Amino acid sequence: MNTLIFRTIAPYVSALMVLFSIFVLLRGHNEPGGGFIGGLIAASALAIYGIACGVASVRRAIVFHPMSLAAFGLLIAALAGVPSVLFRQSYMTSQWLSLKLFDVTVDLSTPMVFDIGVYFVVVGAIASIALALEERESD
Amino acid sequence: MTAGSFDVTIIAIMAPFAAAAVAPFATRLLGANAAWLLALIPAAIFAHFAGYIPLISQGETATISREWVPSYGVNFSFYIDGLSMLFAMLISGIGTLIILYAGGYLKGHPQQGRFFSFLFLFMGAMLGVVTGNNLLTLFIFWELTSVTSFLLIGFDHLRTASRRAATQALVVTGSGGLALLAGFLLIMGVTGEMEMSELLSQPDVIKNSGYYLPIFLLILGGAFTKSAQFPFHFWLPNAMEAPTPVSAFLHSATMVKAGVYLLMRMHPLLGDTVLWTTILPLFGGATLIVGTLLAVRQTDLKLMLAYTTVASLGLLVMLVGTSWEKALEGAVLYLVAHSLFKGALFMVAGTVDHEAGTRDVTKLGGLRGAMPITFAAACLASLSMAGLPPFIGFIAKEILYEGTLGAGGLALAVTATAVVGNALMLVIAAAVALKPFIGAKVETPKHAHEGPVLLFAGPVVLSLTGLAAALFAHSTGEAFIGPMLSSLTGQAANVDLHLIPAHFGMPLLLSVVTVALGIFLYLNLDRLRATMASLLETIGWGPDKGFDQFISALVTFSAKITGMVQTGKMHTYMLVIFAIVAGAVLIPTFTMNGLPNWPEVPDYRFYEWGILGIAILGLIAVLVAKTRLTAIVSLGIQGFSVAVIFMFFGAPDLSFTQFMVETLSVVILALVMTRLKLSPRDHRTKPAKVVSGVISLGAGAGIALTLMAITQRPFNTSLADFFTAYSRTIAHGRNIVNVIIVDFRGFDTLGEIAVVVLTGLCVLALIRVRTTPSAFEIERSEDKEGAKG
Repeated sequence: MNTLIFRTIAPYVSALMVLFSIFVLLRGHNEPGGGFIGGLIAASALAIYGIACGVASVRRAIVFHPMSLAAFGLLIAALAGVPSVLFRQSYMTSQWLSLKLFDVTVDLSTPMVFDIGVYFVVVGAIASIALALEERESD
Repeated sequence: MTAGSFDVTIIAIMAPFAAAAVAPFATRLLGANAAWLLALIPAAIFAHFAGYIPLISQGETATISREWVPSYGVNFSFYIDGLSMLFAMLISGIGTLIILYAGGYLKGHPQQGRFFSFLFLFMGAMLGVVTGNNLLTLFIFWELTSVTSFLLIGFDHLRTASRRAATQALVVTGSGGLALLAGFLLIMGVTGEMEMSELLSQPDVIKNSGYYLPIFLLILGGAFTKSAQFPFHFWLPNAMEAPTPVSAFLHSATMVKAGVYLLMRMHPLLGDTVLWTTILPLFGGATLIVGTLLAVRQTDLKLMLAYTTVASLGLLVMLVGTSWEKALEGAVLYLVAHSLFKGALFMVAGTVDHEAGTRDVTKLGGLRGAMPITFAAACLASLSMAGLPPFIGFIAKEILYEGTLGAGGLALAVTATAVVGNALMLVIAAAVALKPFIGAKVETPKHAHEGPVLLFAGPVVLSLTGLAAALFAHSTGEAFIGPMLSSLTGQAANVDLHLIPAHFGMPLLLSVVTVALGIFLYLNLDRLRATMASLLETIGWGPDKGFDQFISALVTFSAKITGMVQTGKMHTYMLVIFAIVAGAVLIPTFTMNGLPNWPEVPDYRFYEWGILGIAILGLIAVLVAKTRLTAIVSLGIQGFSVAVIFMFFGAPDLSFTQFMVETLSVVILALVMTRLKLSPRDHRTKPAKVVSGVISLGAGAGIALTLMAITQRPFNTSLADFFTAYSRTIAHGRNIVNVIIVDFRGFDTLGEIAVVVLTGLCVLALIRVRTTPSAFEIERSEDKEGAKG
C-alpha cells in the first residue's frame, strides 16, 4: 500500500478532503451536507494520511488528541443550546443573527454551532479509533 | 406563622448541605478550631426549631411545600408537628455537640475537613427524613442517610474492617430502603395521596384497603433494617469501626432512630391492629434480650454501648408495638432519655480511648483522678441509663412500666422482658461508668489525662440536660412529650410528668426489682460474660456470619450466570443477536397476519436494474470469497450500490453518508483484520455454516417482509408535512434532513453524539488494553511458569 505515488499524493488529497469536509459542513443547512457527513469525510482524510505517512505525523498535524476533539465537539454542541435559556426560551431553541458584511448577508445561528459540534465529535471519535488501529499495525 | 418563617425552615433544613461545602475550607484555614465556627450552624438550626415550641405545644402543626415535579404531584414539602420537631431538635442539638467533639477527637487528622463535610451531609439528610412530608421527599432523604452513613462508617477506608462494615451497613439499610420505597408506592397507589399530613387526616384508609398486609410488611422492612432489629441487628455493632463521633451521632442518637421514627410516624396509619401488636412486640422484645445479652459479652466499651443501643431500639419497637397510650408515652420519654445518655456515653468512651489509648474495660481502671470531668459526666449519664432518680431515664422507666402493665394480653410477657432488659442495661451502664474509672490504677498504652474542652463539652452538656429534663419534668412533658405523643396517637394527649411518683404502685416496685437484679448481675459480671462467651461459641453461627455466606453465595451465583451468558465468543453473541432479530420480526409477521401482498414488478429504468444487479453480485462475492478480507471488500460493493440507489431516488444526504460510512467501515474492518491477527480464512464447519446461514436468511427475510408490509400501508404524512412546511420558515434551512438533525430533533442528536464519544472511548480502551499485558495475565503466566518449575 505504501507506494511512492500514494505517499506523495496522500497529503494533498487529505488536505483537499479536510477543506471539502468544512465546505460540506457549512453548506449543510440548505444543500446536501452537514456536520455528520463532513465529520466522516474529515475522518477518512485523517485515516488516509495516517496510512500513507504514519500515525505520528497525523497526531502532529492535528495537535490535539482526537478524543479531545470529540469531547470538545460534545461540549460546544451542548453549549449551543444554552443561549436560548438566557432569553427565557426552552433549551436548544435556535437563535439567529444576520450580519451584513460588504453587502453580503451572513446568517449565524446556534444550530450551526451545534452542527460544528457534531462535526468534531464524528471526526474525533472515528479518527481516534482508526489511528489507534493503524498505530498498532506499525509496531 | 407567616410564610416568611416557613422559608426560614426550608433554609434551616438545607443549611447542613451548605455547611458541608464550606467545612473543608474552614478546616484548612482554622484547623480543629473550625469546629467552634461550624457548630454555630447546627446551633442556629436548633434555635430555629425551638422557635416552633409555642406553636406546637398548642396542638398546631405546620406544613411547608414547594412544587418539585408538578406533573407527577411530587412536592418538596415538610411537616412540623410534635414528633418531627422533637427529632429535629435532637438531631441539631446533639449535632452541635458532635461537631465540637469531632473537632477535638480528630484534631490534626489530615481529612478532618472531609469528616466535617460527611457529618453535615448526614445531618441534613436526617433532618429531611424527620421533617419530610411528601413520601418521595422523605424517601430521598432516607436513602441519603444510608449513603452518608456509608461514607462515615468507611471514613477510615484504608482498613478492611471499616470497608466491610460500611458495605454491610449500606447493603442492609439499602435493601430496607427499597422495601420502603415499594411500601410508599403502594400507599400512593391505594390512597392517591403523597403528603403525610393528608394521610394522617384520614387514618383508616390504609387499614381498610385490603393492601394493609403488604404495606405493613414493606414499611417494617425499611424500619427494622434501619433500626437494627433482630435479625438485622448485626450491622450496627460492626459500624463501630467508624470514628467515635460517628458512633455517638449516627448509632445512638439519630440514624438508627430513623426506623423508630418511621414506626411512630406511621402509627396512626398502620398501628393498633392485631398484626402490629403481635409482630412489633415480638421482634422488639427479641432484639431487647439479644442486644443486652450480647452487650454483657463484650469487653470493648464501644461495642458494649453498641449492643445496648440495639437493645434500646428493641425496647422502643416493643413499646410502640403495644399501641397502648401509656406505653407510647414511655417510648417517647425513653427515646429522648436514650438520645441524651447514649450520646454522652459514646463520647465518654471515645474520650477514654483517645486519652488512654484503649477502650477495653479489662485493661482500664483508676482513671477517676486523671479524668475527673469525664468521670462525672459518665456517672450522670449512666445513672440516667440505669433508670435511677433524679434523671430523665428514671421517669421514662416508671412510665414505660406503667405502660407495659396495661398492654392487654401481652402485659406479663412484655413487662418481664422489659424488666430483664432494663436490669442488664443497668449492668452495662455501671460497667461503662465505673470500670474504667474506679479501682486500682492500671497502666494504659497512653499516659491518660483529662481531654480538652472540645472533648468533654458534649458529654457534660448532654448528661446535665438529662438531669434538667427530669428536674423540670412538668415543662418537659408539656413542651415536648405531650405534642409528640399526640402525633403518635393522632389525638390531643395530656401528659403530666413528675419526678417523684405520685403514688407508690407496681411501677416503683418493678423499678426496685430491676435495680436489685441489675446489681446482683453486675457483681457477677465476669461469670455472666464467660457463660455468654461459651454459649455463643457453642452456637457458632450468627446473622453476621450469615451475611457473609449470603454475599459469597450471591457472588458465586452471579459468576455462574455470567459464565453461562457471557461466553466471550463474538461468534456466539452475533448468532444470539441475529436469531433474536429474526424471531422478533418473523413471529409477529406470521402470527399476527402481517404478511405483505405480493408486490408488483416496479417499472425501473435499465440503469436502476443494473445497480440492483451489481449489489447482488457483491453479495454473491461475499459468499464465495476465499479469505475474510475479500469478503469485507465485497460487502463494500453491495454498500456502494445501495448508496447509488439512494441517489437515484432523491436522498442525496443519505447517499452521501452511506458512501462515507461504507468507505470507513471497509477501511476500519480491514485494519482490524490485519491488526488482530485473525486467521485470514473462515474455519467454521459445514453444520455451523448452515446454522449461521439459516439465521441470517431468517433475519434478512424478516426485515424485508416487514419493510414491504409497512410500505404497503397508508403513510401518515403529518410529520413529513410539518417538516416540509416549517423547515424553511422556522428553522431557515432548505435541507430538511439537516434541519431535523440539528434543530427540530437537536436534543436527540445531542444524546446520539454523546453515545458516539463514549463508544469511541470504549473502543480506544479495548484496543489499548491488548497492547500491554494486564496484571491478571502476568499473574497467570507467572503461575504457569511456577507450575512448570
